[in-house]
Amino acid sequence: MTAIPIQYYLLVAAALFCIGLAISITKRHFIGMLLGIELMLNAVNINLVAFGRHDPERLSGQLFALFVIVVAAAEVTVALAIILRVYGRFKTVDPDKVNELKQ
Amino acid sequence: MELIIFYIFSALTLAAGLFILLSKNLIYGAFALFLAFLGVAALYVLAGADFLAVSQIMIYVGGILVLLIFGIMLTQKKDKSDDSTRHNRVEVPVTRKVWGFVAGAGLFGLLVKVILSSDFQMSGEEMSTKSTIRTIGVELMTSHLLPFEIAAILLLVALVGAAYLALNRNPTA
Repeated sequence: MTAIPIQYYLLVAAALFCIGLAISITKRHFIGMLLGIELMLNAVNINLVAFGRHDPERLSGQLFALFVIVVAAAEVTVALAIILRVYGRFKTVDPDKVNELKQ
Repeated sequence: MELIIFYIFSALTLAAGLFILLSKNLIYGAFALFLAFLGVAALYVLAGADFLAVSQIMIYVGGILVLLIFGIMLTQKKDKSDDSTRHNRVEVPVTRKVWGFVAGAGLFGLLVKVILSSDFQMSGEEMSTKSTIRTIGVELMTSHLLPFEIAAILLLVALVGAAYLALNRNPTA
């Protein structure tokens, strides 16, 4: 377990976070943006776990990552329900075309 | 040996992420996200977080990804139609791609600069190879009891809210 320096984890997580950011900016689809947000949350979790490696008695990093996973699950369910409602009302999933609250 | 495995799974994760970024079809993107989640779970194992890797696979791959694929398939829309009087629209969404690339590359450059110039002094000793399940269970039930209960209530609220939002999709029916 000692072979891999922490900078490697941080670099991989930074690359993954930036890919997720670019995805959530680039995609013209609500669910594409959700995919990007999931990748960003995973990158943050890699950072937390990599630093939590040096805390074997209390494991605060891993516990924080566990709570992040729970909140991500809740976020995805509510976001998908909202996307389905928006699709049922506007018949589109392009965030540029959904620009009013009432129709 | 561990370093080689680390490189392989990092390359798998990043390649899957880039594939999502570049692919047009969101279904392919969702399946590439499956690969990315598996790669992240492998990185957890290499960092000594075995319980977290298993929960990553169960929650993300078994729950969130299936939900996302359902969402993609329920919101598919036919772009092509046989109606010859319909205008052909040529969409050139180039500014969004430019800004996405600029934001991603700029943030990545900044983060790499910060990480490479940092010098972490780790005070705790390195994790041994024993399982983390016992420690996580004890910590969740003692010092992290309040966040645990709040997470339970959050999941309940999300369940009720999502069911309410998704149930009456058609107000006229």
